[in-house]
Amino acid sequence: MQHVSPVREPLVTGGKTYHDVTQDVCRQVEAAPNIRWMAALSVALLLLGVFFYSVYRTLWYGIGEWGLNKTIGWAWDITNFVWWVGIGHAGTLISAVLLLFRQKWRTSINRAAEAMTIFAVICAAMFPVLHMGRPWLAYWVFPLQNTFGSLWVNFNSPLLWDVFAISTYFTVSLVFWYTGLVPDFATIRDRAKGPIAKVAYSMLSMGWKGSAKHWSRYETVSLILAGVSTPLVLSVHTIVSMDFATSVVPGWHTTIFPPYFVAGAIFSGFAMVLTLMLITRVVFKLEDYITIEHIALMNKIMMVTGSIVGVAYITEFFIAWYSQVEYESYAFINRATGPYWWAYAAMMTCNVITPQLVWFRKVRYSIPLTFVLSIIVNIGMWFERFVIIVTSLHRDYLPSSWAMFSPTIIDVGIYVGTIGLFFTLFLLFAKFFPVINMAEVKSVLKYTVDNGPTYTGRDPHHAPQPVTTHGVPASAPVNYDKHD
Amino acid sequence: MTKRFALGIFEDEDVLLHAVENVREAGVKIYEVFTPFPIHGIDDALGIERSRLPIAAFFFGLTGLSFALWMQIYMLGFDWPMIIGGKPHIALPAFIPVTFELTVLFCCHGMVITFYAISKLYPRWKTPVLDVRSTDDKFVMAIEVNENTDMNKLTQILRENGASEVNQKEMSKF
Repeated sequence: MQHVSPVREPLVTGGKTYHDVTQDVCRQVEAAPNIRWMAALSVALLLLGVFFYSVYRTLWYGIGEWGLNKTIGWAWDITNFVWWVGIGHAGTLISAVLLLFRQKWRTSINRAAEAMTIFAVICAAMFPVLHMGRPWLAYWVFPLQNTFGSLWVNFNSPLLWDVFAISTYFTVSLVFWYTGLVPDFATIRDRAKGPIAKVAYSMLSMGWKGSAKHWSRYETVSLILAGVSTPLVLSVHTIVSMDFATSVVPGWHTTIFPPYFVAGAIFSGFAMVLTLMLITRVVFKLEDYITIEHIALMNKIMMVTGSIVGVAYITEFFIAWYSQVEYESYAFINRATGPYWWAYAAMMTCNVITPQLVWFRKVRYSIPLTFVLSIIVNIGMWFERFVIIVTSLHRDYLPSSWAMFSPTIIDVGIYVGTIGLFFTLFLLFAKFFPVINMAEVKSVLKYTVDNGPTYTGRDPHHAPQPVTTHGVPASAPVNYDKHD
Repeated sequence: MTKRFALGIFEDEDVLLHAVENVREAGVKIYEVFTPFPIHGIDDALGIERSRLPIAAFFFGLTGLSFALWMQIYMLGFDWPMIIGGKPHIALPAFIPVTFELTVLFCCHGMVITFYAISKLYPRWKTPVLDVRSTDDKFVMAIEVNENTDMNKLTQILRENGASEVNQKEMSKF
């Protein structure tokens, strides 16, 4: 039995019953695809075509198709890699960290956020693999002896740590997500009418029946997966940051990189979750599940992590001056006033100034403003990685090898193409999988029905919701005192 | 083998929770309870033992940890020693990230595979269920019955404890 303060905001609005939750979430899985979904998928598939064309050019003609040169050996590819991995982090944060902190509001958004994690990591993995030049030899990154003798991989290299970190992160996120999906697949299976749907969802649901014993184990597994995913998600971006921090390039050789990167990852990830959720809730009519409160809470997390990132930018600058290292201070002066000043200005505006707007309640609770803000943050975070990577590399110790970077159409194509890949996967997920974790939402439903209507609104955003119960009320008359 | 079940259908998890306690007190053996979501406290009410999966997870993690350390020390320390960046052959601090990742990898996958295996969850062509509403909004208490069971008495017990319906169902292979 839960004890919830009566002044708490309801987690799910609209006086939903258990059956309503099933209906609302299964509706778009069972209905024929609507025109808006088809239109969105067509655009995504078009971009996916751009991706395949760019990958074909890269593989057929080689890495020379990209804008890299001898000085700048890492540019858009690694920028995009870090950007996508960072976006993925919010999903794990919502599903694991918020589970450990018992934040019940995560139940309506964790499914889609975890899906986002998985698709973002798939997009991220494209870049290092393509950058290898010969992706068919990608298995060489694993500890296998080479073909000529018994030379092993270098376990001292952060790039190899990345291989282990990303592959562990991807597979663990995948099983975490799938295990959470199993009970919901069972719900769809038991409602399915068509023979194909029956077999498909029976296969996917692995024979789940919802017995008390299975639920007990399921909860144990979720808790432990959350427990180990929490340090895992922190380790992944820490290791990504070590790709830079363990080098001696001015602007990279910084000890604050791990926490700074992790905060940045969560910042950009929450921005992407907001972008996706604001669209999903409208397209699939899930406004009662992904409420304005959810949006405000995510905005707050974005504000906190955005502020951490802002402090990190300022700290870097301070240390560049305070350390009295000539190269370090030049790297930072060059960032702000050199040829890439515009990228730096974009990063500062998008990442330091915009999240501070969230302090205003009006902004936090405004859907159009939040949407615009989330897009701006994603652009800003892309520029952050570009600034860190390209401006540090383009002018290092030896002025004779200073150079500039400009992307080719193929660079742009691969980047835009991964956005297509991401949205293709996300749209397919949204159509065929339950976008909201029905079982978990049902388990927090009473949190609403019992406490929601008692709340007396203090402003128009919180006008008391009329209790409309369809069919049997979720909470039948029960003597609660007896059990408490 | 065909089994017969009496099914008490409940509308609310709190009603079910009390019913489970009372039905068990009345001396009726509950075969299984099927619910659309996890209910806290039902393990105790049903007398389900605490899962030992956390212990399994710990040992899977320990296996991953030992394997990772052994692998790196053997490969770079003994099989093909190399000096990299002026570090000793066995540079433990540099081995920590891979060790951590493999610990997590073994722990998670070991535990999840064990979970699916012991719960006998695997892809099937079709899944027979006692009541299809148990994955939607109904809470189903299944009690195994035979010819000698006093159905009237059982129905009465279930009704008294808040069951909205009492059905019977036969299942082969359950």
